Amino acid sequence: MKESLGVYDYWPYKDRPKIEWPNGAKVAFWVAPNIEYYELDPPANPHRAAWPQPSPALPGYGIRDYGNRVGHRRQMALLDKYGIRGSVSLSVAMCEHHPEIIEMCQERNWELFSHGIYNTRYTYGLSEEQERAMIRDSIETIYRHTGQKCAGYLAPALSHSERTLDLFAEVGTELFGDEAGIYTCDLFHDDQPTPVSVRSGKRFISIPYSLEMNDTIVYAVNKVEPRHYGEILKRHFDRLYEEGSESGTVMCIPTHNYQVSCPHRIKAYEEVLEYITGHSDVWVTTGREIADYYLENYYDAALADIESKKRSAK
Amino acid sequence: MSLDKEFLEYPWRSYGYDHERYDWSMLEDRAPVTWPDGKKLAVWINTSLEFYPLNQRGVPFKVPNGMKMPYPDLRHFTLRDYGNRVGIYRCLKAFERFGVRPTFAINTQLAQETPYLLEQLKAFDGEILCHGWNMDHLHYGGQDEQEEAELVKRSVDTLRELSGQPVRGWLSPAKNQSWNTPDLLAANGIEYCCDWVNDDMPYEFKTSNGPLTIMPLSTELEDQFIIGQNLHSEDSWVEQVKDAFDYLLEEARAQGGRMLALNIHPWLIGQPHRISSLEAVLDYVTGHDDVWQATASEILDVFAKQAGKEV
Repeated sequence: MKESLGVYDYWPYKDRPKIEWPNGAKVAFWVAPNIEYYELDPPANPHRAAWPQPSPALPGYGIRDYGNRVGHRRQMALLDKYGIRGSVSLSVAMCEHHPEIIEMCQERNWELFSHGIYNTRYTYGLSEEQERAMIRDSIETIYRHTGQKCAGYLAPALSHSERTLDLFAEVGTELFGDEAGIYTCDLFHDDQPTPVSVRSGKRFISIPYSLEMNDTIVYAVNKVEPRHYGEILKRHFDRLYEEGSESGTVMCIPTHNYQVSCPHRIKAYEEVLEYITGHSDVWVTTGREIADYYLENYYDAALADIESKKRSAK
Repeated sequence: MSLDKEFLEYPWRSYGYDHERYDWSMLEDRAPVTWPDGKKLAVWINTSLEFYPLNQRGVPFKVPNGMKMPYPDLRHFTLRDYGNRVGIYRCLKAFERFGVRPTFAINTQLAQETPYLLEQLKAFDGEILCHGWNMDHLHYGGQDEQEEAELVKRSVDTLRELSGQPVRGWLSPAKNQSWNTPDLLAANGIEYCCDWVNDDMPYEFKTSNGPLTIMPLSTELEDQFIIGQNLHSEDSWVEQVKDAFDYLLEEARAQGGRMLALNIHPWLIGQPHRISSLEAVLDYVTGHDDVWQATASEILDVFAKQAGKEV
């Protein structure tokens, strides 16, 4: 085990090369609906139990299925209304189980990125070969069903190994060169994209995905009231919008339709979307578009700045 | 280090679900359901009446809201018992005031041991459904099938006998089940089950003993979930129920009938400082022209008829 993660350098949020998003936008805003499949009776992972009760664990399974049967359509209607394309964190087995939902994402030109096969299959304990096979399966499944070359990764249930980022970058390259495997959502260390070093040396970055704004963390872990979640999101946006005039920031709302699309919560969420998209200098975009733009325009300058700050610190 | 190869095998990875209990469909795609008199939103108010034994076994887990302290946990035992002695009568008064047609989910042991309470419930023009034996007799994966079969039969038969009602519905303690529970329910003549919280409308469910209908009884909107587990204020609970009501009503106007399933617990909402919140909710949900406030079975019957099936 390592003492520190060591995939990015210390890089203070101060005097960085200025980021300017398209059309002078201050904030790159993206919404990442998690479209997930949780299994009723998954094989047991020795490092983490999928459910608190013995199988069949209805209480957890039922509400997540609510997201699939009821919730996705509700959020889709909202995102349509406010002109937002989702960037979907996808349990790729959804392509097989519930392809209608995937087709609806495709019709909307949404991005689909890998969130593993099922959200009840954790990375813990997998050999490198096994994790590589799982990641490869996930990228291939997305391509087979949609023709999309998976750009991003959020490890299933946020379960990682020390190699997760390396493997995702490598498998992306093996399958589709520089078109796939270019960004991770698994790091929560910044409010701007940052370079991430992977062992292949590939140009690879982190895109802020935000656990703090994640509805499941807010509702299920922090147990926040729905309308207060709306307040938190607005405050988060206001500050990033303000700071974005100095250098462009990124705001993500990661959602789960078994949380945010419940009838007692969706109103507060809609108000937030209306609020944010009502601002003039917001780039309403997707994870991949942010990654492409950053790699094209700011990645090299960022690396150079990090390098020069490291040198001057010595 | 590696995991067994089973961990990367996915035997159920195909169209539909990873089980065969019910069919996959999205709510918005289903044929619209119409409630009586053209009402848009069915409101089912479910009151859970529960007995939490002092000598809790906790098999296979400690039931949420049960005993937490070393034996004898007088604190939690009496706080829960409060609901059956005091809280329920405040709730009943509120139901009378707002003309609610209530549905009562009761642990059969409680019905047996408190005949006065059962008579009071029966006197209401409502419905009684079976909430299992008591809160420490959970149904769970790995449970001996004979043991569970006896438990279901005893719970259902005894409640039918005591209540004089057909007892068509079932709510498992903690909404927990074994793999056999739905089959056992159907074998005992249960027509609907409230345990699966995956929809805002009833839907058909398969068992080895014929069909069952699931009547999803929302957990996330319950008093015990919002106030008890999430520690939100009573005012916030009222606001959340109203927001849910408004949203479902609007969705019903656009897409067809919807159901608001509101579960309450007298041991929680029946406290003096909380009962006005229940009254505020009842005032709101019963005051709309577009609302059909009904019992679970009434909703089930209208749904089943439109789904092309006689119950």
